[in-house]
Amino acid sequence: MSVAAVSGGGTVDERRRRQRARNWAIFALLMGFVALIYLITLVKLGGF
Amino acid sequence: MTDLSLPVASRTGTLPEAGASVADFAALLKPRVMSLVVFTGFVGLYLAPGHLHPVLAAVAVLCIAVGAGASGAINMWYDRDIDALMRRTADRPLPAGRMAPGDALGFGCFLAGTSVVLMGLAINCVAAALLAFTIAFYVFVYTAWLKRRTPQNIVIGGAAGALPPVVGWTAVTGDVSLAPLALFALIFFWTPPHFWALALYKTGDYAKAGVPMLPVVAGPRETKKQMLLYTLLLWPCALAPYFLGLAGAIYGGAALGLSLLFTGFAVAVWRDQGDTAARGMFAFSILYLFLLFALLVIDRAALGLA
Repeated sequence: MSVAAVSGGGTVDERRRRQRARNWAIFALLMGFVALIYLITLVKLGGF
Repeated sequence: MTDLSLPVASRTGTLPEAGASVADFAALLKPRVMSLVVFTGFVGLYLAPGHLHPVLAAVAVLCIAVGAGASGAINMWYDRDIDALMRRTADRPLPAGRMAPGDALGFGCFLAGTSVVLMGLAINCVAAALLAFTIAFYVFVYTAWLKRRTPQNIVIGGAAGALPPVVGWTAVTGDVSLAPLALFALIFFWTPPHFWALALYKTGDYAKAGVPMLPVVAGPRETKKQMLLYTLLLWPCALAPYFLGLAGAIYGGAALGLSLLFTGFAVAVWRDQGDTAARGMFAFSILYLFLLFALLVIDRAALGLA
């Protein structure tokens, strides 16, 4: 295997890893946002 | 010659092949600046008369934090050309070429909009309007207008950093009174000596980037004189919460002692020929503001227990 292929593969792996991390971060933020809106609604409606 | 009109990624030739990491997006929010903004915003909220449900109080502080982060992200997008020229900022995601400029701008605008809308829906419209004003002031007045044009950039622009306790206060009361304005004045007059202390030992960086900070334009002597004057102006601002009944004797005594120390640092800077004293003053300025705001909370808690 050539050095270029290893280097290119490394970049692809790194890009996939970063994309996965960004996707998880967005997912966590969206879930957090939904939970937050749910909590705010409960408080506003006098639920607790 | 470097063409500053080109996007940084194009100039450096290091387009983000792997894309920006989550840490890069977090760095856009200027977490260290955000921590002080969050803290002062929380203190404003804590000291305000009235009651806010703990969940809503947490939402208000979150909105202030996200709004501050959004301002930082848009600031980094706008300043990416000069950030690349300064050693202190060259490793930020945009000048380092780890992120496309449009991503940073979109991220900042999205967060700014979300924080203001959430503040309006969950808390009240006055707090939301003040938060929107704070973000707009930082982005348009400080970043886009003053920063590259006048040595008074951080004096006037400091208003944006001074508003979070007012936003916090307004989240509880729904209006602005004299007490939160005293907190505003405290941060407003603290900002110039804080930033000029940094600028004194980063003069070369600012000069290289063409940012007209006071030490670059007027020289170190004039800057040191102005710093000393501002620390003296801080005295009445630091003591105002005590005289307005916002805090008791614990705060009053500590504010007196801390302000004396801060002025002592300014005198040391005035007499110092090098930059050792300026470094010391910069570090102490952060501690000074943090302690004053922490003491406001401690004093109020002690008064509540008495």
